[in-house]
Amino acid sequence: MAKKTYSFYPGCSSQTKASSFNYLTSTKSMCNLLDIELKEVPDWNCCGASIGYAEGGELPRITLSARNIALSEQANPGMDMVATCAACWLSTRESKERMDHNTQMRNDANEALKEAGLVYQGTQNVRHMAEVLVEDLGFDELKKGVKNPLRDLKIAGYVGCQTNRPFGLAGESFENPVYLDNIIEAMGGEAVPYDQKVTCCGGALAFSEPEKSQKQIKDIIESAYDHGAEMIVTPCPLCQANVEIYQGEINKRYGTKFNIPVAYYSQLITVAYGGSAQDAGLDSQLIRATKLEEIAKK
Amino acid sequence: MADQKVAAYICQGCGLGDRLDTAALAGVAKKEGKAALVKEHEFLCNADGVKMIRDDIANEGVTHVMIGACSRRAKTEAFGFTDVAVARANLREGVIWTQPDNDESRETTQEMAEDYIRMGCAEAKKMMLPMGNPAAATERRLLVVGGGVSGMTAALEASRAGYQVVLVEKSGQLGGWAGKLHKRTPAKSPFQSPQDTPVAEMAAAIEADANIKVYLNAITSKIQGAPGRFEAEISVESGVTVTEKAGAIVQATGFSLYDANNLPELGYGKSANVVDQAGLETLATAAKGSPIKRPSDGGEVRKVVFVQCAGQRDDSGKHLAYCSGSCCSTSVKQAMYFKDANPDIDTVVIYTDLRMPGNGEDFYRSGQDKGVIFTKGKVSSVEAAGNQCKVNFHDLILNDQTAIANADLVVLATGQVPNSGVDIDSKLKAEIAAAAGDNSLLEAYNASQAEGSVKPVSMLNLNYRQGPDVPQLKYGFTDSHFICFPYETRRTGIYSAGPVRRPMDMAQAMEDATGATMKAIQAIENAGLGRAAHPRSGDLSYPIFRKEGCTQCKRCTVECPFGAIDEDEQRFPVFNESRCRRCGTCMGACPVRVISFENYSVDTVGSQLKAVDVPDEFSEKPRVLILACENDAYPALDMAAMNRNVYSAFVRVIPVRCLGSVNTIWINDALSNGYDGVMMLGCKHGDDYQCHFVKGSELAGIRMSKIGDTLKQMGLEEERVATFEVAITDIERVPQLINDYMAKIQEIGMSPMKGF
Amino acid sequence: MSENYSNSFLREVEERVEEGHWVKMCMQCGVCAGSCPFGPHWAHPPQEIFMMIRAGKREEVLTSDSMWMCTSCYNCVVRCPRKLPITHIMHGLANYAHRLGIAPKGQPTEHFATLFWNNLAETGRVNELKLSLGIYFRDGFSQGIKNAMAMQSVGLGMLKAKRLNPFELFAPHGVKDKSGFHAMLKKAREIEDRRKPIA
Repeated sequence: MAKKTYSFYPGCSSQTKASSFNYLTSTKSMCNLLDIELKEVPDWNCCGASIGYAEGGELPRITLSARNIALSEQANPGMDMVATCAACWLSTRESKERMDHNTQMRNDANEALKEAGLVYQGTQNVRHMAEVLVEDLGFDELKKGVKNPLRDLKIAGYVGCQTNRPFGLAGESFENPVYLDNIIEAMGGEAVPYDQKVTCCGGALAFSEPEKSQKQIKDIIESAYDHGAEMIVTPCPLCQANVEIYQGEINKRYGTKFNIPVAYYSQLITVAYGGSAQDAGLDSQLIRATKLEEIAKK
Repeated sequence: MADQKVAAYICQGCGLGDRLDTAALAGVAKKEGKAALVKEHEFLCNADGVKMIRDDIANEGVTHVMIGACSRRAKTEAFGFTDVAVARANLREGVIWTQPDNDESRETTQEMAEDYIRMGCAEAKKMMLPMGNPAAATERRLLVVGGGVSGMTAALEASRAGYQVVLVEKSGQLGGWAGKLHKRTPAKSPFQSPQDTPVAEMAAAIEADANIKVYLNAITSKIQGAPGRFEAEISVESGVTVTEKAGAIVQATGFSLYDANNLPELGYGKSANVVDQAGLETLATAAKGSPIKRPSDGGEVRKVVFVQCAGQRDDSGKHLAYCSGSCCSTSVKQAMYFKDANPDIDTVVIYTDLRMPGNGEDFYRSGQDKGVIFTKGKVSSVEAAGNQCKVNFHDLILNDQTAIANADLVVLATGQVPNSGVDIDSKLKAEIAAAAGDNSLLEAYNASQAEGSVKPVSMLNLNYRQGPDVPQLKYGFTDSHFICFPYETRRTGIYSAGPVRRPMDMAQAMEDATGATMKAIQAIENAGLGRAAHPRSGDLSYPIFRKEGCTQCKRCTVECPFGAIDEDEQRFPVFNESRCRRCGTCMGACPVRVISFENYSVDTVGSQLKAVDVPDEFSEKPRVLILACENDAYPALDMAAMNRNVYSAFVRVIPVRCLGSVNTIWINDALSNGYDGVMMLGCKHGDDYQCHFVKGSELAGIRMSKIGDTLKQMGLEEERVATFEVAITDIERVPQLINDYMAKIQEIGMSPMKGF
Repeated sequence: MSENYSNSFLREVEERVEEGHWVKMCMQCGVCAGSCPFGPHWAHPPQEIFMMIRAGKREEVLTSDSMWMCTSCYNCVVRCPRKLPITHIMHGLANYAHRLGIAPKGQPTEHFATLFWNNLAETGRVNELKLSLGIYFRDGFSQGIKNAMAMQSVGLGMLKAKRLNPFELFAPHGVKDKSGFHAMLKKAREIEDRRKPIA
């Protein structure tokens, strides 16, 4: 019997061969190593993400999350619902709050849900995996299982937006959250201080407004480099993708020579806990995290 | 004095015994200080040490005690002997905490300590035990002038504290400005809607209160006396005049709205639909709960525009320069008169900065929630067109020159003008400005004095030589020490409260009146005991005047910041002790030195500075005298010491009650005794003064500006006397000032006056 | 002119725009303007949009590009001293303009957002490949080929990294209960249209 069990909502980007497949791979490995059991929400759907608003509107968007929570409540009663994707967590938690604070919204959502034979009850907490690590395990507990400390690895913890605002982790500052730095340090790495820790990468607008977003991304990477980081670590699939994928484009646009790996905290923990590079999904990096791979080989 | 017996006690605690040769200090007290009794103690402020002193007072006939220990600001309870005169030599903060603890400094540190012992003994010998004001009077009633919310609060609070009150109101009913309001801004949580004013309730409580005697349609036609013995002539409209006695006075004469007739560009006087805030209250009261109608034709009101800062915060010099702090919330309240009755009425508040004091921010939110439109903008003009008005304004958020063309009502928020009476210093202020090259005030003053011009009406009609009302600060508000003593006017025993003191709203006025009443009660009680009021609250000393030397020069009467001194027919000063704040400004002013206090005099300070051992010119040990204000500079020095901020070992500090009490003879004496310089540390002066005695530091500055000639006659450099403004928070700065000044003295060299 | 600085457009926004009832609560401090990562790119900061609504500038607001610049970073939301859900109001205004059909022509975020929603609504989950192709081909076939070529290295990289599945085009991810899912969304849309009717 696992130490802790959660109802797991992976989200679209964490499906097989989707853009953050490596997040899913490493999350599964990490949870194995931490003795955490994840029970996937059956037949979950997209959360609508931050960009669903224009066509989706308010209630259809909230209904998407209502369906996921309803499914989770039905299949995995008594558990907290946990998301790994920042946008999934935010959308789901936000929808939950709207329904819990606004009876009309809740009734409307349930009226729509009825068409799918479901009902939203609001019995589960909606949490992010980072909350599980920080609040349910804690940094001391995390530190205990480290077999392969990430010695001499200088990492910029890029928190970004959606695990940080508007909810964030309890007790954290919006302007300077430290949980990610603490995870890095707990794994034996060195969290470098830099000034773009919570800067927006452009989010979904990386697709529709590429120039404007790439300026944001450039600032983030530049600052990480300037402060001596060898890699960037993030809790958000969109941050990961935007910051990693567009480095080539940015190099063309700005004449920079960026080539910095961007990984997930789950990949760090997997490696530090003795998992292989493959367990950590490091083979799925566009920019190989060579130093982390070397530590994993030991 | 034959029966004078000085005892000196030297403490060895707090490291004094380690850092100083206390036996040598005892020797100095004995030999040079001529103390009859000298004792060292390892821990003077403990029960044993204090008992030792007590026993000596009881058994040895000690009349004067010199304590060589910590600062006079420390251990005041342990060393607070009331039956003997006490002098303190500050060996701890003044010496060991400000000198480095090393071998090189040992000699100069000891010299410093020995000087402070000499000074302490010298001071003690010249002190007398203060006996209290012999003219103490014990009238305990409170006179309240003004029957608005401030005055009514003062009366009710005083009565609840057990004091009788005489309340004088010039109109036919209690309530003042608040009495004219339809509703007031909310004073209770959740601060969302206008509520009824407390006027009816308060007036009923006053009527039912046997402690409170009310005169309506009445003014104070003459007030004379002093705290504990004021006499007020009260003239009632009917022609009757009665005299009432009072121990203290609260002036709550309120404000008038700035005259909107000065704002024709905003449509006032051109359209009946442009009103000021009082005008809107009148409309609201007249409507008796039914919809407020358009004044011009009784038509329906669909849109109301509120113009904030009308004739306020004006930098052209034409209108009020200041913010009245209450009109924003009044406009929000008035917008709610409409919104609460009919949410479809559009109400637009055009503001530059919305200022909502107290819980006003909740009220503002409530206004927004009710759909009041707030727009940051500046109104340039209001044009009347038929039954509507066009309000032209610049929307500062959208940077848009725009207009609201269909306003049915326009309300001008015109602000508060204090009802403070006659500006008794206006001529003086005008003359000072004219001397500085600005004639505008003088012209205005002369115009106001011209035949046929409307003269300001006095509020109090004080029968004081200084004038009929309390002095004013900026913009006509009554002068009080804004930070430390907000209610105390410059007439002891008279306290101002409410909008006459500064612009404020009703909630603030009620709080203000409560505070002023408490201070007034304190003044009554202190006067009854013959003690000083703030800031030297409880001080029993009072000015003693030796008439035979007086030259009737009037400097003391003119310079007293508190109007405490009158003149008799021969122009000799007449001291009203209970009006006196004991600052010593009169003592500093007196050219013939005939004014003194029992425990603070030209001699107590003069003998101290003469007691200092001044080494010769070739010693490389200069001496600088520091006269430090006891209110700010001296505590700043003490705190610097607590932080162990080091300063020069060549200074000797004497605390003074106020720089205003510094008599130039002390400067003369210091320089002719061979001191190399004199530093005077006092409080900030000017409109934002910090001086606890309002004018003391300013007067000192003026006196010292004239000392240059004396210095020249003595063949000394001007830099040898320097005045500095020091705040109580200047803990880092004061030691720096001292060290910088010492460097300056090193530069100009030792005084040639040594050894004469 | 007669409708300016009146409650009429404000009321419309309150009734029909997500979180629109907050607009009147803005106190014009401008913290949102200084907190937006896309600050250099809009004509009107949120604070100004809110004032324009209160000033009755309906046309200017709804045809503006500004709210389409929201990246959903929530920086304005956490900093707003009045706790306005600014992100959602921006989304709500964009959504309202979109429904009215008066959003700026060719607004790229409007295009992408529509594509995204339709994509997820089809199967219940996002098909990333189709979504990317949809973006590349928005301006017609030949431009699409060019765009795709330009991003070829990225695409190939993702393919090699097993983070892009070419078979998504033919056998997409999705929910199993498609009919229930579609019925649910249809119903939600129906209620939404009833609650927030279009003028």
